[in-house]
Amino acid sequence: MPIRSASAQTVVAPRSVKDLRLGESGTICCLKDPEMALKLLEMGCIPGTQVRLNSRAPLGCPITLVVGEAADYTLSLRVSEAATILLKE
Amino acid sequence: MSNAGIRTAPAGAAASAAAPHAASTVPVAARGLTRIALIGNPNSGKTSLFNQLTGLNQKVGNFPGVTVDRKTGVSQLTPQHHAEIIDLPGTYSLYPKSLDEKVITDLLYDQASAQYPDFVVVTADASNLRRNLLLFTQLADLGLPLVLALNMMDVAAQHGINIDLDALQEELGVPVIPMNARKGIGVAALKIVMAQQLDAGTTRFYEPDAELLPMLRQIRYYFNLHNDYLALHYAHQFRHISFLTADDKAYIAELVAKYNFEPTPRQAQETIDRYNHINELLLNVVSVTRTEKAEPYSNRLDRVLTHRVWGYLIFLTVLFLLFQAVFSWASYPMELIDQGVAWINSLIQTSFEGPLISLLTEGVLAGLGGVLIFIPQIALLFAFIAVLEETGYMARVTFMMDRIMRKFGLNGKSVVPLISGMACAVPAIMSARTIENRKDRMITIFVTPLMSCSARIPVYTVLIGLVVPDQPVLGIFNLRGVALMGLYLLGFVSAVGSAWALKLIMKTKERSYFIMEFPVYRWPRWKNVGLTIVEKVKAFVFQAGKVILAISVILWVLASYGPGNALEKAEQQARVTATQQARSAAEVESHVASEKLEASYAGRFGHLIEPVIRPLGFDWKIGISLLTSFAAREVFVGTMSTIYSVGQDANELTVQQKLAAEKGLDGKPFFTPARAGSLLVFYVFAMQCMSTLATTYRETKGWTWPMLQLVYMTGLAYVASLLVYQLLS
Repeated sequence: MPIRSASAQTVVAPRSVKDLRLGESGTICCLKDPEMALKLLEMGCIPGTQVRLNSRAPLGCPITLVVGEAADYTLSLRVSEAATILLKE
Repeated sequence: MSNAGIRTAPAGAAASAAAPHAASTVPVAARGLTRIALIGNPNSGKTSLFNQLTGLNQKVGNFPGVTVDRKTGVSQLTPQHHAEIIDLPGTYSLYPKSLDEKVITDLLYDQASAQYPDFVVVTADASNLRRNLLLFTQLADLGLPLVLALNMMDVAAQHGINIDLDALQEELGVPVIPMNARKGIGVAALKIVMAQQLDAGTTRFYEPDAELLPMLRQIRYYFNLHNDYLALHYAHQFRHISFLTADDKAYIAELVAKYNFEPTPRQAQETIDRYNHINELLLNVVSVTRTEKAEPYSNRLDRVLTHRVWGYLIFLTVLFLLFQAVFSWASYPMELIDQGVAWINSLIQTSFEGPLISLLTEGVLAGLGGVLIFIPQIALLFAFIAVLEETGYMARVTFMMDRIMRKFGLNGKSVVPLISGMACAVPAIMSARTIENRKDRMITIFVTPLMSCSARIPVYTVLIGLVVPDQPVLGIFNLRGVALMGLYLLGFVSAVGSAWALKLIMKTKERSYFIMEFPVYRWPRWKNVGLTIVEKVKAFVFQAGKVILAISVILWVLASYGPGNALEKAEQQARVTATQQARSAAEVESHVASEKLEASYAGRFGHLIEPVIRPLGFDWKIGISLLTSFAAREVFVGTMSTIYSVGQDANELTVQQKLAAEKGLDGKPFFTPARAGSLLVFYVFAMQCMSTLATTYRETKGWTWPMLQLVYMTGLAYVASLLVYQLLS
């Protein structure tokens, strides 16, 4: 059961955080993996939040995201986990 | 439910005689000390605050109970008022994902517990308030009396974040204290608030869905809980709450099934509702005055430190520096200690006489000297690791290693236990609690003791010094340092290899996570590093010292006495043969002494196990040392020192000199490269540490894993030693 923000009820974006290019930002639309979502939500990956792909680990995975418009903090996660975070538009 | 209103906890299901659980009713004053828990997100400054509050009066306490790991200390709030402060592991929410986070829920769910806090200081990172408030609102909804310590105000100011403290205090309904815990700013104000009698705030941030209320009421009544939200947590987590009985759990399980309660979507919805509420609340509280701000220096630093190429090169350099430090830089103070002990020993020997003096010099001092000498190396090792953790670099190492470690059935987070395992496996195994996935965690615990810990340093140092020449390599490195690094690498490779093998055997359905917040780089607090060093060295000297002292004394007795008049017979026999061969007086004494040692209890014991270890190149003297060091590796050098002291009039010699002087049957030095190599490899692999086994038992809650460790590692040690000796000799 995907968890969506109220405003994104109808839009299901095909792109996920995994598809961001280095330095590119996106806005979280929904989280498609319920179990993973619990952890991601608590870490602040709430639908509507802006994230920016900051870096990739030397072997391409994990990656780091800068969370929040004010660049609140840096989160590291695996590519497989990033794939569960879908983006708006 | 973003519009959750303000509500006071109804006094409905108050204490009822029929309720099976009675809440704690002991007033604060009757217990004397106010009990205050520090709770907050990781990296929000809890431990800084704890150290500020308790000064140097802290004690590290392992409380009765299995996985409980928290620090307590006493803080003087006002001249009259003392409080007990409990420092807890960092967590993001009250729904724990890993074992270390569970410590907090264990503390807060059991209101009848003697450990239940009178109130909670929530630490929050002011530069990241939104996320930090999630935990705060959960704690507030539990109905606990709270204070918000708004830490890192300086960082927030740097980011252009302005927080209207009065408005925040108004919104949260609890005292808010702005702080900079590292510098001690705000601590005085916090202490004053802490000294007051606090009541639970009445602001509530989230209310469970109305349809859940019938179920929650039943849980509340059954457990005599004062609060719906606490009851909700029982419904979510009853399986993992340690103090509930099987009947309690069955009762909740029945309710959960009856009301069709689905935990996952409910938890997710709760988190979203809370964030919505927090966003609304912060609208009028936080304003960001953003100029064109330069990128945070942490991000820029990360671009170098986690670079594709530079990242690994820097990491390898750090590791190599560590080994050079431990081996080269530490050698100067070590030499001083070594000579000091030898000097005291010879002083006592020349000044006094009698059997007690022999016990003191050959038993106690020989054993202790073997341990004291390693203080500089251990101090340096722990200093290095403390700095890596304090600066935030360790988190980057886990990030860079995750992909590689996963191939071996480990997890990026396993790097922390593995690296701290180079200091000591006991805290390292405990640090594996941060790994959420059970399989990853078990594998990490299993292989961590293969990492060469500081207790192996004495053995490595003595034996390397014996057979590896002290010469430079490539101009900057030392051959002995390279050899030491080789042994550490051997330990690491075997750990990773064993993990890979276990990964193939173990099955799991559980997911492995790697979602982690990067801490901002900071300069280490040197006082903290210093405290760590002092604490660890003290633990090493006193804990290892006690065992070594006891074993040294027992050994000395066993080596000085034999069954019946065996020693006298051996002495007579030796004198006869020695006189026949017309040796010098000194040679006669030496021969007599070694014959006596061989006839002693220790000698007999050593001979008994000799057949087993002979293929490894070991004789009965080494055999005794091996046996004694199964309790703790540090004992090895002490034992060797004691064994080789008994019967030799060379107590002023250092351990290494004694070993170098040891001659084999053929008259050549006994410690050939093959023998020393075999012994070194044995010590790389063998599980010779009671404390580690006990820790594994505690952390895995059973004997299976520690027994597997013991059998596996000892078997590995035997086979590897056998190969090394047979191939080299």
